Amino acid sequence: MGNGTSIGRVRGLGSSHEGAHHWLLQRFTAVGNLLLVLWFVASLIMLPDLGFASVSDYLAKPVPATAMVLLIISTFWHARLGLQVLAEDYVHDAGNKFALLLLLNLAAIGGGAFGIFCIVRLALGGAL
Amino acid sequence: MAQRPLSPHLQIWKWGPHMLVSILHRVTGDGMALAGLGILLWWLGALASGPEAYASFAGWVWPDLGALEWSGAAIIASLVKILLKLVLIGLSWAFFSHMCSGLRHFVLDIGAGYELDTNKFWSVASPVIGIVLTAGFWALLLLK
Repeated sequence: MGNGTSIGRVRGLGSSHEGAHHWLLQRFTAVGNLLLVLWFVASLIMLPDLGFASVSDYLAKPVPATAMVLLIISTFWHARLGLQVLAEDYVHDAGNKFALLLLLNLAAIGGGAFGIFCIVRLALGGAL
Repeated sequence: MAQRPLSPHLQIWKWGPHMLVSILHRVTGDGMALAGLGILLWWLGALASGPEAYASFAGWVWPDLGALEWSGAAIIASLVKILLKLVLIGLSWAFFSHMCSGLRHFVLDIGAGYELDTNKFWSVASPVIGIVLTAGFWALLLLK
């Protein structure tokens, strides 16, 4: 193991055992998105109209509410993984990359939490 | 970072459909992540806040184009509303396009579809099917 170039410093250490984990999670959440967003698209088409009463009644039911919570988790997770790759590909400064990934994690978890809270509030009747 | 020669990049390659579908996959995915999830949260937040907030949301993202105001400061709001309507249509296309190129990725992931003809065919077919599905979605939604 040398201490010159970046490839020289890691040569001989073997795999970091992290790449495959990210790759697999991207696929797992992709399958989740495929099922859940297609359910969402079908719901938009099947609902009689997209007014407040129709949509809020529908999303307050147990199965649609559960599916919508899962959709939020799957899409935000998938988006977090995808945007991480974008940052890793185009942000080359280590400090900026760290800051961006930090913000990305906060935004993904914060946004997902807000989405789930809104669905729970609808389902438990807080808005009515 | 050390300044070293870079390997040849985008500008020197002859463009092929496999490059287009790869870039489209990234653009539509990151576009949905940045704009789509924001609008999804806006929609859920409006739903959870009640009928008035929902009506306000609908007025912004799905305005009645004939009823927009075109005087004074309302011009800016009207332009934003038209932009949001276009963004919403664009997001629907981004989803179907990303779904088709994503399904193509699943096939490539299992090691299939790398033969030149097959690869080229699905590189062209994925975005085309995405556009067809987008048109079908809006037809079903608006004509019901």
